[in-house]
Amino acid sequence: MDPRSDHPVSEDELHALLDGQLQAGQRAALEARLARDPAASATLQAWQRQQAALRALHQAVLQEPLPASLLAAAGQAAQARQQLQQWWRWGGLAAGLALAFGLGWLTHGASGPGATLARAQPVREFVHQAALAHAVYAPEVRHPVEVGSAQEEHLVQWLSKRLGRPLKVPKLAEQGFELVGGRLLPGDDGARAQFMYQDARGVRITLYLGSAPTGVHADKAGTEFRYAGDGPVPGFYWVDGGFAYALSGTLTRPQLLQLAQAVYHQLEP
Amino acid sequence: MDRQALLEQIPGLRRYARALTGDAWTADDLVQDTLERACAKWRLWRVGSDLRAWLFTVMHNLHVSQLRQTARQGELARPLELGELAQEPAAPAAPVDGSIDLQRCLLRLPEEQRVALLLVTLEDLSYAEVARITGVPVGTVMSRLSRARSRLQELMEATAAPARADGQQTPALRRLK
Repeated sequence: MDPRSDHPVSEDELHALLDGQLQAGQRAALEARLARDPAASATLQAWQRQQAALRALHQAVLQEPLPASLLAAAGQAAQARQQLQQWWRWGGLAAGLALAFGLGWLTHGASGPGATLARAQPVREFVHQAALAHAVYAPEVRHPVEVGSAQEEHLVQWLSKRLGRPLKVPKLAEQGFELVGGRLLPGDDGARAQFMYQDARGVRITLYLGSAPTGVHADKAGTEFRYAGDGPVPGFYWVDGGFAYALSGTLTRPQLLQLAQAVYHQLEP
Repeated sequence: MDRQALLEQIPGLRRYARALTGDAWTADDLVQDTLERACAKWRLWRVGSDLRAWLFTVMHNLHVSQLRQTARQGELARPLELGELAQEPAAPAAPVDGSIDLQRCLLRLPEEQRVALLLVTLEDLSYAEVARITGVPVGTVMSRLSRARSRLQELMEATAAPARADGQQTPALRRLK
């Protein structure tokens, strides 16, 4: 559009100006032409009044508190969305079923793009399963563990036998966490164990461990701590001496790292 | 997407629905239906895309299908008097309150013109966004908008004129709140 052009202002131009659809340059040019076009200016002013009246019409609704029925509907919609997101993130419907029916489903049932990606990265899969196991059992009120801390010796013997190597249960009392107990879980490369701890506020963390996934070389992967923050629960994971570990909990990253280091130092042969 | 992000959209949806339908109850029902539909249709919303535009699309489609349903029911009930429907909102002009006049005149606009005018005016949406929401080309949005503005102007002037002539006030209308 030529800013010096003098042809009459068209109706389309007036609408575009009124509705803020023009770039700054176009806008300035049009306003300059409008100044020489009283008829178009008058039309624009009438529409501006109409626009203001329409915006004022139900303005009060914007400030009104929302009716309970709408609040409830919004809550439900947000929840449905979150569930859907979780399903997508964890490999579609199959992961949703695994959450609902327990971990046994996971190893056979996982499908969809998320799972394919995870399968290409065995460690990610391990971390993913650790996070799911945390999500499933940490909120459990009555049966968070199979064997409680009162039978710690039995717990250690049992899990050592099932995982095929002597286990130690790290003590995290110094960090404020007491052992709740543990459970046996299925994994891609044999049995896995989960130890659960709880602090005075009732916050739970889980240590998930098992044979390092096939294809992961312990010395190559090293004992580097890695952070996984994109699952249902954040955590640190590492591979050491043919075993993989994941420490998960709804804590800050520095808190989790400190706990992971404490675990690592105690388990170091 | 969290609950808060969704809650922030509701006042805008309510205001638009109220101007669109002219009735507070009908409007909130439409918003409620929209949220319920969203529940079932979330798969169609891409994370990170414009939530507001999507909700308005859901609402628009619902409203259109509800109107069709009402029209069908109306046809069945009174096959010979359809012509009246178009005249219906044109109650005797009574300038009790400017906003009631404006709402009444709005309701006399053809549906698609009212939709275009309200989406652009109340929600500051671009013509392209309104085109996507209503599923028509941008040119159609612009011509609807243009007709809506002119027609609303005429209706408002016609409403104001007789009042000045007879200076009479009809009994106050029940105000829908």
